[in-house]
Amino acid sequence: MRFNLKGIFVLAITCSLCGFLLSLVYSSAKDKIKDNQKKAIYQAIEKIAKGYKEVVPIKVRSIDVYKLIDEKEKIMGYAFLVEGQGYQDKIKILGVINKSGTTLKGIEIIDSKETPGLGARIGEEFFTSQFKNLKVFPSIQLTQKEKVKNNQVKAITGATVSSTAVVNILDKGIKELREAGVFND
Amino acid sequence: MKKGKEWIKGLWKEHPVFRMLLGMCPTLAVTTSVINAIFMGVAVIFVLFFSSLIVSLIRKLVPPQVRIAVYTVIIASFVTIVDIYFKANFPQMSKALGPYVPLIIVNCIILGRCEAFASKNRLIPSLIDALSIGIGFFWGLVVLGAIREILGTGRVLGIKILSASYYNPMVVMILPAGAFLVLGGLVAIMNKLEGR
Repeated sequence: MRFNLKGIFVLAITCSLCGFLLSLVYSSAKDKIKDNQKKAIYQAIEKIAKGYKEVVPIKVRSIDVYKLIDEKEKIMGYAFLVEGQGYQDKIKILGVINKSGTTLKGIEIIDSKETPGLGARIGEEFFTSQFKNLKVFPSIQLTQKEKVKNNQVKAITGATVSSTAVVNILDKGIKELREAGVFND
Repeated sequence: MKKGKEWIKGLWKEHPVFRMLLGMCPTLAVTTSVINAIFMGVAVIFVLFFSSLIVSLIRKLVPPQVRIAVYTVIIASFVTIVDIYFKANFPQMSKALGPYVPLIIVNCIILGRCEAFASKNRLIPSLIDALSIGIGFFWGLVVLGAIREILGTGRVLGIKILSASYYNPMVVMILPAGAFLVLGGLVAIMNKLEGR
């Protein structure tokens, strides 16, 4: 009995020391990680959207939205960051959409931990390029065959869950923005 | 001297990748390029070194029933530190390595060395053992990564080695199949050199 108690004691001490150490490391690196994520978002916007002059971050409900302003001080579109459950962990997607909220200009996967070689391919050009000039009204459709309509996206073979997740996350985010009246003005 | 030899066997004689075939998951998955291999190797050396250090220091305090749990917590902590550090300072690399940095936690090399060596030996031999296995793993990954990158893309670390004018890159080399082909070749060469 005494022996077991010692085991519990040692394990508890180890865990709390490690936890303490990790919280120290995390709090020192937190700001830098946030900065990097911000940078990644702006880089993604730069990659997808063209011809904007200024990016104004706003918050719509719980979604981070970035207004893209053109030379004439007019809104030309929106970038938005949405996330949701993928196959393994959360998938974070940045999408750029036109002013009226009907056509996607493109997407970029900011963060995902999908299965390498299968689900992780959602980040590859061949998949993300399908979202270029994709009609999103009334909703995006996922198809297992070749796409025939301009609101369809072809799923990745062997990664239906991840493909579905990307489409659903985007769809849900866009619907929420639409309901919030972002595309009305 | 004999003991000293025992400590540095990880560099060649008991090379973790080519002789013991341990840690295959990161070995096969991240060696698509040299830079990935370097970062992965450094991460493993760091985790292995510090885990061995702690495990060796506390080896007499840990009751045998809970030892694996204690080692795993220690290893996981150092892996998380590496993960956070990469995320903060090398976001590109962190993205490229993906889940394989957190997966170092279950890398059998590290738990294997902690259990088989560090928990039974004094501090200095444990550290030397950790370094030799770590460096062995490092050069294994770099060689594998270099071969795959040269054959698969014709370049290493962004520097052109094979010109496109006479060499058509074999894409299969940077795909998973290429990892097995190159690894098989290298293990065969190692076996031949060791005369078995």
